[in-house]
Amino acid sequence: MISKRRLADLVSTRLMLAATALVGVTVLFIAVMLFLKARPILATNSLGDLFLSSSWRPSRGEFGLFPFIMGTLWVTVLAGIIALPVSILGALYITEYAPPRVRAVAKPVVDVLAGIPPVVYGVWGLVALSIGGIAIGFNVLSGSIVLAIMVIPVILGVSEEVFRMVPQDVKEASLAVGATKWETARNVVIRSSLPGLAAATILGFSRAFGETMAVLMVVGNIARVPSSPLDPAYPLTALIANNYGEMMSIPLYDSAILLAALVLLLVVLFFNIAARLVLIKVQQKWA
Amino acid sequence: MQRRKTEEAVFKGLMIASVSIVAAGLLTIVAVIAWKGVPALSIGMITQTPKGGFYLGKEGGILNAIVGSLYLAGGATLLALVISLLVALFLQREYIGKSRWAGVVRLSLDVLWGVPSIVYGAFGFVIMVYLGMRASLLGGIIVLTLLEIPIMARALDEVLRAVPRELKDASYALGTTRLETSLNVVTRQVLPGILTAVLLAFGRGIGDAASVLFTAGYTDRIPTSLLDPVASLPLAIFFQLGTPFPEVQARGYASAVVLLVIVLLIAVGSRVLSRRLTKYVVK
Repeated sequence: MISKRRLADLVSTRLMLAATALVGVTVLFIAVMLFLKARPILATNSLGDLFLSSSWRPSRGEFGLFPFIMGTLWVTVLAGIIALPVSILGALYITEYAPPRVRAVAKPVVDVLAGIPPVVYGVWGLVALSIGGIAIGFNVLSGSIVLAIMVIPVILGVSEEVFRMVPQDVKEASLAVGATKWETARNVVIRSSLPGLAAATILGFSRAFGETMAVLMVVGNIARVPSSPLDPAYPLTALIANNYGEMMSIPLYDSAILLAALVLLLVVLFFNIAARLVLIKVQQKWA
Repeated sequence: MQRRKTEEAVFKGLMIASVSIVAAGLLTIVAVIAWKGVPALSIGMITQTPKGGFYLGKEGGILNAIVGSLYLAGGATLLALVISLLVALFLQREYIGKSRWAGVVRLSLDVLWGVPSIVYGAFGFVIMVYLGMRASLLGGIIVLTLLEIPIMARALDEVLRAVPRELKDASYALGTTRLETSLNVVTRQVLPGILTAVLLAFGRGIGDAASVLFTAGYTDRIPTSLLDPVASLPLAIFFQLGTPFPEVQARGYASAVVLLVIVLLIAVGSRVLSRRLTKYVVK
């Protein structure tokens, strides 16, 4: 006869195992479901037609995703270029330079910024970039600026953690041989954190890559390959969000849209796993 | 020597500029939303559901979206808390904390955290079509739960790991089971942390639009059952700004103020509450 207390312990353990297993297989399940839905279009259209063709005419059965892929790349890369220096210099200031009072304010500011809903960023982008001062208009640049502000908390937050892992005595060794504070930051803190910074960057990029609402509202949504930051773009995420309503009406349309979702998922998964593995290595190095 | 000092000054200047950009980002977001939205805000806006001709600029408010968002985020946060707590407890030393599996689960949670919400939305949509479900409160809650689990589970895991080993050992020395120690000692000890994690996940859930776009639908009524479609604040903002009428757009900005205020209250609240509750924690 097993006691009630033992039984409760046993049952709860099983429940925990079940919950953990459920969470563990979610990613796989999502990928498989999206793949099954994308299969019809992979069977009828060649990969070249799907990924390298610019002709998006669902009613004629032409589903070239190239303009959308390029739209996503333009917006993401430009956002990264804007966000990266600001995030890393900001993180460096907060960990190495800032007086305690500034640090006490900076951390909550970054946290709050990270918690602001994408749609609010989008509204801000609409107002600040289209009306206030210089009218930038609906294009890649507007999308990238909004996205950059959105991903700064991500890159800055992870960079800050990475910088904080650098042991104090390593920095002091550098200061002791006469290096200035910046030289220590550059030659010791940044250099020894490079893998971690790479991971932070990748996490920021993949956040930008998958962002929908904020970008959708300011980027113009015209299905043409952009040739400059002042051209409008139509990222993959916006394609999915704008077309879910009618995707059941045309054959293969839903399949093409879900293929776009699968591409997003796989790219983000690949980069996220890589970044996380790097971060684990970094942690082990200083532990 | 002079050159090194200049370099120091230049980079320090750049760093301060960077931090200022971040702070200015937050300030201008709050300022712009308040400037455009507050004038259109009224009591009627937050206490009425849309009346006839609302989307042409006539009478009504966005109570449907406010209540809808609270239902969606509230339901999802509750479900996510149950599942995340189970997962986070399981990751501790008593259970699988010492095996390699803990690392694998943590990695997969981190990876799930990075999955774009639009992908969750598309996935939810596929499942609902497969099951023959319509866009509904239940659908929205389930998708938001998936979105919130990685945030909450990872946050809970961090706070649970920080529980002093001696505290648990003292409890085990009294002959308690793992479950009893987890529920009576550990979860009480980390109550402030749990609260912070809950608010963090709630804030993320209430602000997300891309995932509920497909799965929760949109309606002018307040849902009375889990199978009714439901409106949400982010989508209310998005749809109203998408109309060509200035009055309706103004209400879109006002809706953004409502959402921003909720999110900021959550951010401030979690800080205040966690500081206050920390008083009762055994150090």
